[in-house]
Amino acid sequence: MQPILRSLAAAALAGLLPSSAAEAAGEAEPLLRESWPHQGIFGTYDRRALQRGFQVYKEVCAACHGTKYLAFRNLAALGFSEEEVKAIAAEYTVIDGPNDQGEMFERPARPSDRKPSPYPNEQAARAANNGAYPPDLSLIVKARAGGENYLYSLLVGYEEPPAGVTVPDGMYYNKYFPGHFIAMPPILQPDGVTYADGTRATVGQQARDVTQFLAWLAEPKLEERKSTGIKVMLFLIVLTGLLYAYKRRIWADVH
Amino acid sequence: MASDAEPLVLKSPALRWIEYRLPLISFGYRHLVAYQTPRNLNYWWNFGSLAGICLMLQIVTGVVLAMHYTPHVAHAFDSVEHIMRDVNWGWLLRYAHANGASMFFIVVYIHIFRGLYYGSYKAPRELLWMLGVVILFLMMATAFMGYVLPWGQMSFWAATVITNLFSAVPLFGDAIVTWLWGGFSVDNPTLQRFFSLHYLLPFVIVGVVFLHLVALHTHGSNNPVGIDLTKKDKIPFHPYYTVKDLFGLAVFMIVFAALVFFAPNLLGHPDNYIPANPLVTPPHIVPEWYFLPFYAILRAITFDIFWIIPAKLGGVIAMFASIGVLFFLPWLDTSKVRSARYRPVYKIFFWLLVLDCFILGYVGANPPEGFLVTLGQIATLWYFVHFLVILPILGKLERPRPVPESLSTPVLGRGMAPAPAE
Repeated sequence: MQPILRSLAAAALAGLLPSSAAEAAGEAEPLLRESWPHQGIFGTYDRRALQRGFQVYKEVCAACHGTKYLAFRNLAALGFSEEEVKAIAAEYTVIDGPNDQGEMFERPARPSDRKPSPYPNEQAARAANNGAYPPDLSLIVKARAGGENYLYSLLVGYEEPPAGVTVPDGMYYNKYFPGHFIAMPPILQPDGVTYADGTRATVGQQARDVTQFLAWLAEPKLEERKSTGIKVMLFLIVLTGLLYAYKRRIWADVH
Repeated sequence: MASDAEPLVLKSPALRWIEYRLPLISFGYRHLVAYQTPRNLNYWWNFGSLAGICLMLQIVTGVVLAMHYTPHVAHAFDSVEHIMRDVNWGWLLRYAHANGASMFFIVVYIHIFRGLYYGSYKAPRELLWMLGVVILFLMMATAFMGYVLPWGQMSFWAATVITNLFSAVPLFGDAIVTWLWGGFSVDNPTLQRFFSLHYLLPFVIVGVVFLHLVALHTHGSNNPVGIDLTKKDKIPFHPYYTVKDLFGLAVFMIVFAALVFFAPNLLGHPDNYIPANPLVTPPHIVPEWYFLPFYAILRAITFDIFWIIPAKLGGVIAMFASIGVLFFLPWLDTSKVRSARYRPVYKIFFWLLVLDCFILGYVGANPPEGFLVTLGQIATLWYFVHFLVILPILGKLERPRPVPESLSTPVLGRGMAPAPAE
């Protein structure tokens, strides 16, 4: 049984890669195409959605998925105050040390700490998940073809398998997952979280929110990049116009 | 050479003191100011200086990135994310460097095709052309090794696929691959030597670029008409071409900035945001877009050649030959007329070659299945037929249109050509 599980896990992991087996077999389902507030030249993140998404991640996804590049201090970008960031960090325990006695010790996390992973290592993660490895989510939106749309589609894409398709033990049928058999259970449930701002926590709403949170986590400098880009473009367009006029003047006696 | 331009007069005694001991100022004056340039160069001639600027941009961004990057299998991926998240303007540096490589190749490919169209490789510019081919080859090596450094899935598997090509060498193949890897698989020693060479090669390129410029300035630029120009059809480089190149640079920067600021991952592959994992092979390993035509040629040889050369070796030979053939281009093209403007048949074949390269790129980007295998083989065959069969024969058979004696001649016959300077 063990080798089969392993190969299934490998297939699941390989399946997470874009344009894989399913596409090769010509059975890829076109992704749902959502519109995202951070799309486009002027797009910015929706802070309230990011905070809700962080809540979904923290209360649901983080049980199995790590985010190794998320430091608590980064959460200030979601609109949390310094005090709130400190309070969120203090909910977690990290291992520090060695101390003066040469021993490692546990202490509450500080904003400068990175969020601890749910498992100490990949083997432990696989052992707890039937051989499958829940990937780190820090870059997941940039690491999958289709980005946000893929992630959103995947999260809402669980359904009953079509007639004649037998889903292997410990796997679930997902319309958008390449190969369709995914080791991750349909974890988002209606009202699975309770939003502080009163937003109704439908599966679609949670999927949208957590997707936006993970998009931010994958590309935290998106807003800085776009706003710089707009200034650079304006500058360059003016510069180009001036240089063109100057070029024409210099060349006037040649033409 | 520009020796007969206005002589340089230095007023400052300090500058005269330096000039007497180290003639740097007169050198700069000769080659950047007084340098005699054809007055009819079109905008396709902007891409040479643009390529030089791309090289400088890559070196500057690369040197700063190297201050924050860690060439170790356990830290490389993390250090790139550190650059993206924690280094001031690190995201800009990295996106500019990654997209800068793409822009560099776009510019150089246009530069090469401009040379092909206007016959810039013909006498007396053969060595100028060949040095350019050397630069292309060095660029490809540098870009390949640079792509390995972030140590993502595509980095790792591209390194594995490409280094494994050398195993096709008869007898010594496996020994060569082990030597390249510094071990028995792509691992930390491979990453470290790739980093070292990725830092070294750009400076080698700078050296060859310098030789490229020495050769260029010996006989001067070719021009769209493709004839040797007399003094009255030439103008000093400054201010005419300094301002024209600056304008071209500004346009280039708009395209470059659009990519960097608004679509920085457009030309990248999502898999490279997954850390390298030797145990998981991506279902579809593709190189960066600028290698796709060569990748298609590599994969086109699916059959053993004459029962002696196995298919794999054949593919490797074909891929290297696709660049190697360019070295011989000045002698393969037997036509005495440089510019395609006066070669009506060559002009058709030129555009067919451009189309062929796009087809090769398309084939290289997709899995080698069904019709695409055949298409790739036909396109590969055409690539070599163009250089090895068509060009030698065409030079003998084609009847070129009459070539003007000087730039003032064509204006009498055709309204499109530039007017005389006077």
